[in-house]
This record gives sequence, C-alpha cells and structure tokens, in this order.
Amino acid sequence: MAKTPVSFTLNGSPRAAFADPGQNLLEFLRRDVGDLSPKFGCGQGTCGACTVTVDGETHLACLVLAQTVEGRDVGTASGLARGAQLDPLQEAFMDHFAAQCGYCTAGMLISARALLDRNPRPTRDEVVEAISGNLCRCTGYEPIIAAILSVAEGRARA
Amino acid sequence: MRDMTSDGPMVEFRKDLFADERDDNLNEVGKPTRRQDILGHVTGRSPFFDDHLFDGLLHLRCARSPHHHARIRRIDTSAAERMPGVVRVLTGRDVPVNLNTLLSLLDFGLDDEPILSENKTAYRGEPVAAVIAETEAQARAAAAAVQVDWEVLPHVLDVEEAIKPGAPAVLEIYPENKFVYHGKYDHQKLRYGDVDRALAEADHVVEGRYQMSPIEQAPIETCGAIAAPEQNDRYVCYTSTQALFFSLGTAAKVLSMPSSRLHFIGGTVGGGFGGKVDSVHEPLAILGAMLTGRPVKYAWDRAEEMQVGAPRGAERWYITDGVMADGRIVARKFTGYFDAGAYTRLSSYAIIKGVGHLPGPYTIPNVHADVYCVYTNRTPATAMRGFGITGVDFAIEAHMDKVAETVGLNPVELRILNAYRDGDMKAHRRLAKNCALIECAQVVAEKAGVTLSPQMKAASSLRDGGGARAELPRHTATDQEGRVEGFTATSYARKGGGDSPPTTAPPPRPASPPPAASRPSPPAPSQPAPSASARPEPAPEQATKKPARSGAMRFSSLSGFRRR
Repeated sequence: MAKTPVSFTLNGSPRAAFADPGQNLLEFLRRDVGDLSPKFGCGQGTCGACTVTVDGETHLACLVLAQTVEGRDVGTASGLARGAQLDPLQEAFMDHFAAQCGYCTAGMLISARALLDRNPRPTRDEVVEAISGNLCRCTGYEPIIAAILSVAEGRARA
Repeated sequence: MRDMTSDGPMVEFRKDLFADERDDNLNEVGKPTRRQDILGHVTGRSPFFDDHLFDGLLHLRCARSPHHHARIRRIDTSAAERMPGVVRVLTGRDVPVNLNTLLSLLDFGLDDEPILSENKTAYRGEPVAAVIAETEAQARAAAAAVQVDWEVLPHVLDVEEAIKPGAPAVLEIYPENKFVYHGKYDHQKLRYGDVDRALAEADHVVEGRYQMSPIEQAPIETCGAIAAPEQNDRYVCYTSTQALFFSLGTAAKVLSMPSSRLHFIGGTVGGGFGGKVDSVHEPLAILGAMLTGRPVKYAWDRAEEMQVGAPRGAERWYITDGVMADGRIVARKFTGYFDAGAYTRLSSYAIIKGVGHLPGPYTIPNVHADVYCVYTNRTPATAMRGFGITGVDFAIEAHMDKVAETVGLNPVELRILNAYRDGDMKAHRRLAKNCALIECAQVVAEKAGVTLSPQMKAASSLRDGGGARAELPRHTATDQEGRVEGFTATSYARKGGGDSPPTTAPPPRPASPPPAASRPSPPAPSQPAPSASARPEPAPEQATKKPARSGAMRFSSLSGFRRR
C-alpha cells in the first residue's frame, strides 16, 4: 500500500513526511516526524498521554489519522518552550512538583496551554475540566491544578 | 517555598513532639525543591524506553492462552510463520532456560514459571509463543494465527477452594497449591504466647473476615523493552524496568549468558508502582534480537497491561481478637490466605513481610498467625506499593474499629490504649523503639474533632512502655501443623533434600553451550548455611529464660534464621 505525503506545520515550522495508510498521528509524529513528546499510554483515547493540538484545539493523537493533518497546524509539548525560554506553565509544573514519572506531563501541559489560550483566567473547576481527559497515576491532580492556577493568577515566575 | 506560600504550607511540623530526638536544622525537608529530572519531563525530552529509535525495528507479540487452566497438546506456528512480515516465531524450546522464579536470584522459591509455556498454562493470558514481525500490526495478526490444541483443565480461582483436597493442582511442584516456607511448613507461622488460653480468658471475643481484591498498578506507560545487537557480541536493552539489575540478572539466567554481555539502560520509568519489576519483557526482547540479529521491541498494549500485568495480590484474612472489658487486646489470631495467582513471583516474600508486621502496631501479649501463599488460576501477583503490608493493615484497622464498637470505646482511644510504647516487646521478639502511633492518633483526634479523655490526651509513646511489657511470654504454644517433607530448609531453591539437584526442573537447554564460568553456580553443597531445622527446637522453658535472638543468629526476611 502506498504511503501518502503529509505536509503540515509542527510547532510553527513546516514539516513533511510520508504516512502509512491508516497510520495514526501519534505513530506518525513519533516514528516518522521524530517528535517524541506525545506518549503512547492506551491507544484508545482514554489516557490523554498523546494529547496534541490541531489548529489550536486539543486532540488525542492516537485517534487522529495522520493524513488528516495535511495543511494544518499541529502543536506538541516540545514546542512549548521558545529556545531556552520555557513556557510559564513548564516553570510552574517544575515549581509545584506537578510531575513524578513525567509520562503524562506532555499531554497535561498541552491541555493546560490550550485552556489558558482560550481562557486566561479559568476557575479551578474549569482547570479540572480541562485536564479531565489526562490521567496521572503518580502525583495525583492537586499539584497539577495548583501549577495551572498559579499561571492563570499570575503568581508563577514568567 | 517560591510562590507556594499562597497555597498554604505543605507540611505542618509538630516541633513539640520528640524535640530532643531530632535536629530541626534540615536543609531539604519542609522546603519545596525541584526534581532533578523534571526539566526533561516538562519539555517532553525525558528518555523513556520507547523514545529510543532504531532502524529496522521488529515488533514482538505473544500468543496467549484463552483458558484459565489448560494442557497444551500441540502448538502449530506454521500458519503464523507464513503471515506477511513475520521474521521469526519463538516457542518455549527457543528459550535457553525456560523455567524461572523471580526471586531465585535471592535463593527464594523453586523455579516454577516458564517464559513461554510448552506443556500447560495456568492463567488466562499466559504466553505460549512469541511472534516477531516487521510491524506491530503484522505481529498482532500473526500471533492470532498461532494454533494451539488445548485440553481444557478444571480451574480454581478462590484461595480457600484451592487448598481443599481434590482441588486442581495449579503447579505440579506445589501439588497442595501452597508455597512451602523454610522447607518445613506449608504456611508461614507466627507463634507468640498462648492465644487459645488468652481467648478463653478474655471478656470479649471479636471475629472478622476481610477480603481485598487484586489491584492493577496501571502505569500510564505500559511495560516494555527494546533490545538490539551491540558490538563485541553484546546486546543493549532499553527497558521500562523499575529494577534494572534485577532484570539484568533475570535475563542473564533465562538466556544462560553472562551479564557482562548485556548492556541494560533504564532509569526513566513511566510509572511503576511495583508492576515493573517482573522482568518478563527483557529476556524475550533480547532473545528476539539474538535470533534475528535486529532490534526487537516487546511492549504490552493497554489490554495486556490490564489482563496479564501482575497485580497486587488479593488477600483474605480472618482475625479473632480476645479483648478485656477495658479495651486491652490480650490475644490476636490471624489466618491469612494470600492469592499468588498462578506463579510465585513475589508473593511468598510478600507474606514474609506481612507476618513480620503482625499484629500491627499494638502491644498484644498473645499472637498467633498462619498465613498461606496460595496458588490459583488467576493472573500471577507481584509487587505493589507496600505489598504484603497494605492488605493486612486494612484488615487490622477495620478490625480495630469492630473491637472498639464491641467494647464501647472510641476507636482512637482504643488505638492509643493498645499502641506500642517504646521498649515494648513485639510479637516477632524485638523491642519497639521510636514509636509514634500515640502522638499520630492524638493529632488525628484533634484534626477530626474527636474528644479524648484526659488520660488518652496525656498518653505518650515515651512512657509506660518496657518493664513487664518488655518480657517475652512465659510460654509459647507451638505445633507441627502443616509440616511438609521433601523440601530442605537450607535453600528454597531445592526440592528433594540434601545435595540432590532439583528433581522437577527440566535441564536447561541453552541455544549454544555457554562458557562454563558463565553458568549461574548453585550454592556450594559443601558449605550449606546452617538452617533453622538444624537447630534443636527450643523448649518453651528455655525460650522464656533467654532472649529469642542470640548474637550469633539473625533473622533474614528472605531466608529465616541464619547463623552469621
């Protein structure tokens, strides 16, 4: 079966690679594009470890066909920092001990960033709702919620 | 605490408690600090095992038993071998040493578990063949094409059913479905004082039955490993293991090769919680790399993680307490059944830990426990966060509430009344020290708005312990119940007595004869460790006159009493 060329924008830079028929975006990003920040946790859209943005909206990369991102704008956790300048959310996660094993962290950060981009001053309930599709098995959710709220309330180091 | 102050303090220090025992000039405790690995986590750069890319990576997937218990009449891999993309199909005969028990590296347990089963499967999901293919989808399709002629056997899923006469034998080497402890008993015993006499003299007898379920660790990263040929006849293995050198040793044993030929890289674990110590992926991934000459990845998908990933074992506990009208617990009797599932893994060790914890943090002068490691046709159990302790602690603390209700005491006061004080003798014959349960209970009462009596408020772990409470029981009732023959006490890894080799394990079949020096050497028969059975059983009178432990003996949690 023929591979399909897919041209898209990844974290602001133009990228192109060949996708297998039926290949999901998670495998495509990890194996063919080389962005390893989205993680495989379940492959069935329940854990959120592969959360990415497509045109600014969060999606589970394991449930997105790679071919469908043709011409679109994909965002992953490896694009959050601008050079050595970390996103305030990344700083806040570090300060609040909002990660232990780190496997859910990239997906958590993407969900949190997407929330703050559309709603810079979310309530605690809105933060909880925004990360409700991201499972964490280590720290529990409180440090993560505290980290996101600290950015929303402008308490984090910029 | 950076910007954390507005969120309130993370830790409340009670500097009034044990102030003279503690240096409060702490550099790290009580202050937030950044994890050393957190920059990698927040930038998505932490290298988990599956973040290592290899050209020509092959994918390994197992064909598994659909039955709880079944004999394998025949495995036919020919259809699977003809499937698109299939490079190699492995069965048990390809595994150099196809029988292992996880704690054999610690000389604890008979080899009982095949890597790929050849004759019989004992739990649903047990692997019988491993397909290696160019893509994961091809490996999945070919694994489904492995044909097995099954003879379905009767199965047993309940611990108490499993130890009844006539129950199906889960493992041939433990025909009674019970692990053998110290080469002597079909259960782990604790005897301290005379429980039956104390129960007869108690004002109340309180009985309870407690059942815990198995719990899956459910890490977000599923278990897996990638192995690849390296230079100089070595193999590199990137793995999700929680126990790198344990996995290295297990792989060296199963593959019958010196560990110097194995280059293990781990340390970044996407959640483990005990579920990543079993070392089932590394040997097969490395074997695949050896037999294909290419990098091979063996990782569970989520369904496998949940179905065949070894959970915290289920436990069933029966507790009988003898209680005086004032709330003092004078006797506590346990019968415990730990569900090991189909193979030993870490369950026998979990029970050693658990029995060392009995009767909980309470000074009880008469304690008796019989705890069984039972085999059933369920998924094998393994480590999980405090395994061996957590389950029985649930039972003990639930039972404490029941006792409190029976005698009409506040549950917090019942705990303070019976808690260890410094200097008390514990049921495993060591003196309690650095006790703090009373202080914890007092703080809990304060936080929960529970009013304590003035005596209970004034109680302290530092007072009222020792003295008569430090003495061993005048008489300890012992028995020979559950005595077994045919196992030696010098080593768990021997059956049949003396220096004879194991009679049940088939001889290893290395793919190629390894250098003699590389073979794991058995314990030297000329210098057996003096065993518990070599020691005369102490008469009860002797036990009362001298401390249970002389300087020459130590209790090893792994091996029982050993002479230094």
